[in-house]
Amino acid sequence: MSSLTLHDVRFIEPEKTRNYLNDDYGAFSWLLTRDHKRIAILYLMSVTVMFMLGGFFAVMMRIELLTPEGDMVTSDTYNKFFTLHGVIMVFFFLIPVIPAVLGNFLLPIMIGAKDLAFPRLNLLSWYLYIIAAALGLFMMISGGVDTGWTFYTPFSTQYSNTHVFATLFAAFIAGFSSILTGLNFIVTIHRMRAPGLTWYRLPLFIWSLYATSLVQLLATPILAITLTMLMVERVLKVGIFDPALGGDPLLLQHMFWFYSHPAVYIMILPAMGVASEVIAAFTRKKIFGYKFVAYSSLAIAFLGFLVWAHHLFVSGISIYSAMIFSFLSYFVAVPSAIKVFNWTATLYKGSVSWQTPMLYIMGFIGLFTIGGVTGLFLAAIGLDVHVTDTYFVVAHFHYVMVGGVVMAYLAGIHYWWPKITGRMYPEWWARLAALLVFVGFNLTFFPQFVLGYLGMPRRYHAYAPEFQVLNVMSTAGASVLAVGYALPLGYLLWSLWFGRKAGVNPWGAVGLEWTTSSPPPKENFHETPVVTWDAYDYPAMLKAMGETQNV
Amino acid sequence: MIVQDFPLWPQQASTFAPQMDALFIFMCVVCGSVSIVVFLLIFFLAAKYRRRPDNQLAQEQEPPKILEAAWIIIPFFIFMGMFVWGAWMFFQLNRVPDNALDIYATGKQWMWKFQHPSGQREINTLHVPVGRPVRITMASEDVIHSLYFPAFRTKADVLPNRYKTMWFQATKTGQYHIFCAEYCGTLHSGMIGWVDVMEPTDYQKWLAGGTEGSLASQGEKVFQKYACNTCHTNDSTGRGPVLAGAYGSNVMLDDDTIVRFDENYIRESILNPQAKVVKGFARPSIMPTFQGQVNEEDLLKLLAYVQSLDAKQPAAKPVELPSSFQASSGAGKTPKGQETPPKGQTP
Repeated sequence: MSSLTLHDVRFIEPEKTRNYLNDDYGAFSWLLTRDHKRIAILYLMSVTVMFMLGGFFAVMMRIELLTPEGDMVTSDTYNKFFTLHGVIMVFFFLIPVIPAVLGNFLLPIMIGAKDLAFPRLNLLSWYLYIIAAALGLFMMISGGVDTGWTFYTPFSTQYSNTHVFATLFAAFIAGFSSILTGLNFIVTIHRMRAPGLTWYRLPLFIWSLYATSLVQLLATPILAITLTMLMVERVLKVGIFDPALGGDPLLLQHMFWFYSHPAVYIMILPAMGVASEVIAAFTRKKIFGYKFVAYSSLAIAFLGFLVWAHHLFVSGISIYSAMIFSFLSYFVAVPSAIKVFNWTATLYKGSVSWQTPMLYIMGFIGLFTIGGVTGLFLAAIGLDVHVTDTYFVVAHFHYVMVGGVVMAYLAGIHYWWPKITGRMYPEWWARLAALLVFVGFNLTFFPQFVLGYLGMPRRYHAYAPEFQVLNVMSTAGASVLAVGYALPLGYLLWSLWFGRKAGVNPWGAVGLEWTTSSPPPKENFHETPVVTWDAYDYPAMLKAMGETQNV
Repeated sequence: MIVQDFPLWPQQASTFAPQMDALFIFMCVVCGSVSIVVFLLIFFLAAKYRRRPDNQLAQEQEPPKILEAAWIIIPFFIFMGMFVWGAWMFFQLNRVPDNALDIYATGKQWMWKFQHPSGQREINTLHVPVGRPVRITMASEDVIHSLYFPAFRTKADVLPNRYKTMWFQATKTGQYHIFCAEYCGTLHSGMIGWVDVMEPTDYQKWLAGGTEGSLASQGEKVFQKYACNTCHTNDSTGRGPVLAGAYGSNVMLDDDTIVRFDENYIRESILNPQAKVVKGFARPSIMPTFQGQVNEEDLLKLLAYVQSLDAKQPAAKPVELPSSFQASSGAGKTPKGQETPPKGQTP
């Protein structure tokens, strides 16, 4: 029996050159594909377009906020900007981004399957997303919407005269896309794992996708119900939320956050999964406390359902409900803290690489930690009274959503780019972009914590003059951030033609996705793999691969 | 010019402000130091164990497993400390002192209207005395708003279907921002104003500036205008429950549940009389609904009137002011409207 060295594993060249990209040609081979990898590429292109659109509205807001007076656009236009920014980024970017792009591409490969359990359903979920996005674009072109992405009543149902119905309907359809993806992932993870791949051998990304899918499946129907009720009230004037019709506006807030708080975990859980994968690969080490990290995903998914009313501390819930929800909100912080500490401990005596994906993930841990601990500020009910609905909240959730989810997504895209495209991206450009994103992000959003404690309310088109300096800093940071986001778009496209060929396993990482060719063949593996090693177990994997080589 | 006016800490102008800031600083210190330790650890470990030969594998050595228990249990107790302090602060924000001065507020797209117990009304400006607890009872005429005083460190959403109260005690005279903190439509960012904290004597002078009679006495007129007094008489012979002395008490309903006769009960009973009928009265109640007839300002006047009635002296009586204000509270003087015009951004 001979053991392979890491060097041998990294430079195994595939024998066959056919892969999922050159297996078939033509528009219909893409639009009617049932291959999870091609659907992932379709999603990749669509969410990138939506990210640029949502980013455009963010840029417009930051430019408007350079001066205290609302002097660039009208108040109505500004209100549409932040609404569209929120709706696009939440429903069309953050929720689908990691599961539908990276999850779709990698989940079957990482568990040694040929495809997802329901390939046609997978394609349908992309079409639902596209229909929803098209409706959203139609809504934007025909005048936009100004309710805020939270659709608080009675403003959204009685007072707003913008395209609320179209927006609600678009979000409603996008929700079904999310439900179908979740369903597909759950069935796939249960039924289609390769022989020997037991639950505790699963990569942590799969655990996190499993927890995410549970939330998608259980929470998104509540969104569908809530949006339906809003549409019914707005169009048919049936009193549900509007007090003038006999409804209760707080009911909407309860129902909306019963989905939208778990939705935060739909966004962040897959990001945590990416972090685990990247840390394991770039330290060449098992994640410390694998089971703690795995179960903390499920704990977050479960506890995430019990904290929705912490968005309502000043809205009109009783002191006792506020106390209970504050208490429970601190519980959900525990599993998040477990993850951060375990990731940090994994670095100990690792072989730590400073390549781009790891840089993004180091940034991710830092920014997610700030986003997480500022959540503790907001969970302290007394303190929440002062800082809720201010820029403190804006900064907090951007640290989690942008500093967390987007950083992890960029880490994942760089990490798996060689697998997806078969090409390496240019490392130095990528490191520069990672640095710009990190610096630009902090410069944009850290001043907003100060603004929030000073008392600047969110969703303000014009603001008091003493807030200007911090707002100018924030806008300056946003321009750095914009450059940081634009760079990968350029060099990743460049790498499709000019990038170095990647080979099977350019990182020397473990995991089934690094045992098949880059890009993978249409059926992922020529032979169904048999798994005899735990996740991230370098010595065992090298030994096992040495044995198969000798056969 | 910009640099001259560049605060990094909000003004402290209420009894809550030092308490809130202490909690905030505690959170910053605890969370800040944990975050810094995490950053330094990541940087230090990533630098110390950086990959040197390209094919280097990790050392097969792990930190002790006991760490898992440590970083579950220790943060949990720190979190519980934060929870308790936060909850304590929340109680302070909700426990209204008995001697609070009552002010009534109405939010509407896009202005704040305030009514003082002695009858003054103002828009987007609120005059309050320093050193005295002020309780604001408020409702919205349209969408949800949120009344926010950053210098007092308190805010509360203003809802269209119920009363909410908030309170504060100003500690420093001056002018401070009022913001609407809940997005309410086009001019959300213009729904702002100033709270003018005055010395009690100045407040007294300001109050004396003219009024249409105390809020409660205005409420009595509304009470008569809608003929409420034909059923709600001063003795038990009337067709409706006696209101004198009822405010703040518990009443038994016809389904044997007990509810508190508070501002939201009064409001609900005016707008939707069938919702909660007092035991001993016919169901369906003979009282018609006043939904859509009584506006928010009149509702607040009615509320002030009902609050002012006590059992011994059922007639209208001005809401009590402290003795120093009694002399010139102006109740019953010639009505002369005083509405401070909106002030805009500059004080």
